[in-house]
Amino acid sequence: MWAMAMKELRQMRRDRRTLAMMILMPVLLLVVFGYAASFDVDRVRTVVVGPAAHAVADRLPDQLEVVEVRADLGRQAAVEALRDGDAVVGVVTGAGQQAQVLVDGADLFSARSVVTVLRGRPELPDPEVLFNPGLETSTIMVPGLMGVVLVFVGTVATALGVVRERQNGTLEQLAVMPFRPRDVLLGKLLPYLGVAAVDLTVLIGAGLLLFDVPFVGSPLVFALGALLFLFVTVGAGVLISTVSETQGQAIQLAFMTMLPQILLSGLIFPLQAMAAGVRWIGYVLPLTYFIRVSRGVMVKGTPLDALLLPLGMLAVLGLAVLGLSIARFRRDLAPAGPRRPPAGEVEAVGAATRAEAGAR
Amino acid sequence: MSGTGQGPDRAPGPERTWGVRGLGVRYGGRTALDDVTFAVAARSVTAVVGGDGAGKTSLLRALAGVVRPSAGTVSRPDNRRIGYVSAGGGVWADLTAGENLEFAGRAYGLGAGRLRSRTAGLLEQTGLAAARDRLAGRLSGGMRQKLAVAMALVHEPELLILDEPTTGVDPVSRVELWRLLAGAAAGGAAVALATTYLDEAERAATVLVLDQGRALLAGTPEEVLAAVPGRVVESATRPGGVPAWRRGARWRAWSPDGSPLPGATEVAVDLEDAVVVAQLAREARRAGRAA
Repeated sequence: MWAMAMKELRQMRRDRRTLAMMILMPVLLLVVFGYAASFDVDRVRTVVVGPAAHAVADRLPDQLEVVEVRADLGRQAAVEALRDGDAVVGVVTGAGQQAQVLVDGADLFSARSVVTVLRGRPELPDPEVLFNPGLETSTIMVPGLMGVVLVFVGTVATALGVVRERQNGTLEQLAVMPFRPRDVLLGKLLPYLGVAAVDLTVLIGAGLLLFDVPFVGSPLVFALGALLFLFVTVGAGVLISTVSETQGQAIQLAFMTMLPQILLSGLIFPLQAMAAGVRWIGYVLPLTYFIRVSRGVMVKGTPLDALLLPLGMLAVLGLAVLGLSIARFRRDLAPAGPRRPPAGEVEAVGAATRAEAGAR
Repeated sequence: MSGTGQGPDRAPGPERTWGVRGLGVRYGGRTALDDVTFAVAARSVTAVVGGDGAGKTSLLRALAGVVRPSAGTVSRPDNRRIGYVSAGGGVWADLTAGENLEFAGRAYGLGAGRLRSRTAGLLEQTGLAAARDRLAGRLSGGMRQKLAVAMALVHEPELLILDEPTTGVDPVSRVELWRLLAGAAAGGAAVALATTYLDEAERAATVLVLDQGRALLAGTPEEVLAAVPGRVVESATRPGGVPAWRRGARWRAWSPDGSPLPGATEVAVDLEDAVVVAQLAREARRAGRAA
């Protein structure tokens, strides 16, 4: 038994990545669950509009954090603020009438919290929940889960596909074939993009049919968001593949990129309920922005111009991750220089004799 | 290459010699190759031999462009005119034999008609026609190696690089593989292959023997054998006082100064003897310098 334990200990010591995961993962989970795992939203962004906006804004409960007061605007402006994600609550005041309180039902936990508070205050009007009137969990979870599926297909499947080539020795074969690195990469990725597109279509269909999830926005805007998000996830997959020797290592790393996205993107726990430090991690995760796009487009019909920030962030993250992954992949695939030299033959020169090459 | 008659995919040009000059390859702080020069002429097979870790794979990978040299120059045609079989074989296990060949042909830009004829011809030559629709992962080791060589030959390359294509392959398949390689060389290709089998290396036009990342011997097999210093003898028992090694049930020994050994008879050296003697001679020189 001791011989077995010693062998295992030696192997474990050499597999530093697994060891680090075994030690760091519980710490990570503790921090995340400690600071992020909360459904209680203390402050909810609120806009107040209508003739009595200023007077009403002063009397609102503390939980409603007033971010804008506009006496010159009406209900339509409040609805648009909720639709575009600028606020979760819109208070519409009228001259001599009781104010209306509109709540964004797509921001589920904030909405539930506001509804609970308002119903405990008889002097305030009953809230009107927009976009997700029944405050259904499935209505906001299904668009978010689409992002998780895209992470799975984009990151895990891509990483495994590329690492399989390395593990089987066929990546070296590809390196000698007359492919440019980007041809290899794009050729490998296209089928995964196709599978992701099929996955998305099936999920949207299932969401509409089984869970009555609405799809009120533009499919094109949704497709744009999904495509940009896929670039990030696929780039992450390629990046993982360039630092993994085996499929096991690739799965480990992919899992470590998926976990924070699932926990810190607002998919399960609302970002507003998280401690500031942990919330900022969420702001650099691509799933955070895809969820804004998918929930916005599907549930609220948010137009393109209101989604420029999340779409822009996805584009920036996509460029950064995919660019880095292509650079690393190129290093793996074309270590000895140009693939297609103009003269039809190559005289590759080692570092010590570069001057000699210049003299040719 | 000119006048080789190898079809439209072979770019015209003078037949020439490819290879490396003063090549150094380092992996981190470890030197895999140091100052190695190696030439592969068209219409011939050049063998690289050496023990495990001698640097054979590094040399062929540098020649193929998979490894960036740390010193020296590498001369090779562009990738469209190289055929490469890596040490692992480099076939896609979850594609059929036919699909593997088709992929290789398309990668090298073969047109549909030419791809069909080359695929059919190579499957026939390699004896894989009946296994065309079998997954490569389910082929025997020898069949998989033949498929890998066929894939490297599909575009009729000018330079064919093979890393131990016959290792672990049964004798019959080895003969068939050599027939393929000899055919490629006869067709005009420059063939460079690594092997651990010295009897195979003797069939090559030129041989490079590597030892610990440096060239130990180089030349035609005849030149290598002629350069063996001293005398190699054989006896039934181990001779004393001189370096000796087993060959089958008998002993061979090296007399560095050529003096006869009692009870032993001189034998005609082969490549295996030449490699052993070269290693012994190098050790003796090192020991002499150290003393």
